[in-house]
Amino acid sequence: MSGAHNMEKFVQIQSVGQTFDTKKGKFVALRDIDLTIKQGEFVALIGHSGCGKSTLLNLIAGLTLPTTGVLLLEDREIAGPGPERAVVFQNHSLLPWMTCFENVYLAVERVFGAKEGKARLKERTAAAINLVGLDHASSKYPHEISGGMKQRVGIARALSMQPKVLLMDEPFGALDALTRAKLQDELMKICDVSKATAVMVTHDVDEAVLLSDRIVMMTNGPAATIGEILEVKLPRPRHRLTLAHDPAYIDYRAAVLEFLYEKQAHVEKMAA
Amino acid sequence: MSALTMSGDFGLEKPVDRARQEAPLGGSSITSQPVVEAVAEPVKEKKMEKTASLPVAETGTPIGERLGALGRAILPPLLGMVVLIGIWYIATMKGGSIPGPLQTWDAASVLFADPFYRNGPNDQGIGWNILSSLQRVGIGFGFAALVGIPLGFILGRSPFLSAMINPIISLLRPVSPLAWLPIGLLVFKRADPAATYTIFICSIWPMIMNTAQGVQRVPQDYLNVARVLALSEWKVVTKILLPAVLPYILTGIRLSIGTAWLVIVAAEMLTGGVGIGFWVWDEWNNLKVEHIIIAIFVIGIVGLVLEQSLILLARKLTKESS
Repeated sequence: MSGAHNMEKFVQIQSVGQTFDTKKGKFVALRDIDLTIKQGEFVALIGHSGCGKSTLLNLIAGLTLPTTGVLLLEDREIAGPGPERAVVFQNHSLLPWMTCFENVYLAVERVFGAKEGKARLKERTAAAINLVGLDHASSKYPHEISGGMKQRVGIARALSMQPKVLLMDEPFGALDALTRAKLQDELMKICDVSKATAVMVTHDVDEAVLLSDRIVMMTNGPAATIGEILEVKLPRPRHRLTLAHDPAYIDYRAAVLEFLYEKQAHVEKMAA
Repeated sequence: MSALTMSGDFGLEKPVDRARQEAPLGGSSITSQPVVEAVAEPVKEKKMEKTASLPVAETGTPIGERLGALGRAILPPLLGMVVLIGIWYIATMKGGSIPGPLQTWDAASVLFADPFYRNGPNDQGIGWNILSSLQRVGIGFGFAALVGIPLGFILGRSPFLSAMINPIISLLRPVSPLAWLPIGLLVFKRADPAATYTIFICSIWPMIMNTAQGVQRVPQDYLNVARVLALSEWKVVTKILLPAVLPYILTGIRLSIGTAWLVIVAAEMLTGGVGIGFWVWDEWNNLKVEHIIIAIFVIGIVGLVLEQSLILLARKLTKESS
């Protein structure tokens, strides 16, 4: 087991830069990213569109490799994608030819199939689906359920793998406000219970303040980097209704808004 | 790491490229679901579904209305057939070399009274002729699928091989399959395999092209799922690539079978033996024109049945991935 050192420096991102070769030449998406994430911490990446939030998430996932710098998980280099860093994709990415159960089972089987019997794997799958409250939709195909339910299956699939880090790329971005709020509450509960380490890309200020321990605010691209990091010291469990009138919550919210719309607004004006 | 990354074409520019929502050639689609959908309160979803299904069950259409709908579906095609036969009847009323519908009907009833007789190699019932044509199509077509689908997979996965082989395919594809017949005769020395070989040639192109296109259009999202799960190559092929490409493969098969059935008639006219194409030519030599007209109908009906059964199969297999 890893010691206290690893708890504090669970994920380390060290002077990471990302350059893409495009037809118009080199495009610097990210530069000089330094970030350390504690075990059990919930971190939100926020910024204007095109600021490289998703690029950074993909780097942690290992779906892309950095041009410069290095990313570490538990002191080991992230050299490619793997099930210990589960990803909840923006548009759920369920396989349409499999039922919800089979979609989750595919992940469970991959992670635990070598050690556990079929019955146990099915138990795990059912438990993950139960966790997101979708028992009744287990045998349905993705096209038979709503967008919110699909995203919950996506979360169940990620959680079922018992990942070391849960990565979420605007998981609720495509949902309506009511469904989003409900899923945020569920996610908060799940993370409190499982003590998961989570990184979430979002462009929703309320979502970031409500869910996160720290909010990483990114400057505008190209060549985006971390602008400010805001520590959210609101006690857990958090409730959105009581927080709405909480002065601390309002201050945090204002700080993020200020960063996004005052400090980082000029590039948008230039682009317009 | 998954062997998927070996192809190296993940497009660094857009690592998590969103699913391209293109439909395969021919219609059926494997689009990922659109993002915005009507969403009910999750807890109430189950109840909502139940109440929603009730009114549908209650408003069953009355029998009269159903019959009307059936009539509207059947009447126009039926009318079309009547008009066709009417024109045929009027055109042949004054006699001449082309027999009218009644003569043809009489000939057909004699012909179909005993479709499976054998009087030597060149005089067999129409049933045998159809079956041997179907057999040739089946064999040639089967070989084409055996070669074409894996080849399509390889071309779809490897940009290099695809760039290498695509010009050759583009060059050979427009060539009439019948142009290959002499080569087939030369190689196989016998008429029967040569005809089968032309079917192989004409069926293989749509299979290769559609399969390759399907593989290229597997949404990046699905491949990203495979990468995050670090699935084995076997699982990637069976759980992700095959189901995603299946609609494209089926489109390829459907296009091929249409052409194959067109080509077999022509090929058999040239090679002889037993088969519906040969039979048409034989009846022309015997000047039994009513038999030729019967053959035209038979070829049409068999082609229709082949195509429709493949459409049905495609719908059944891809229902889940819609």
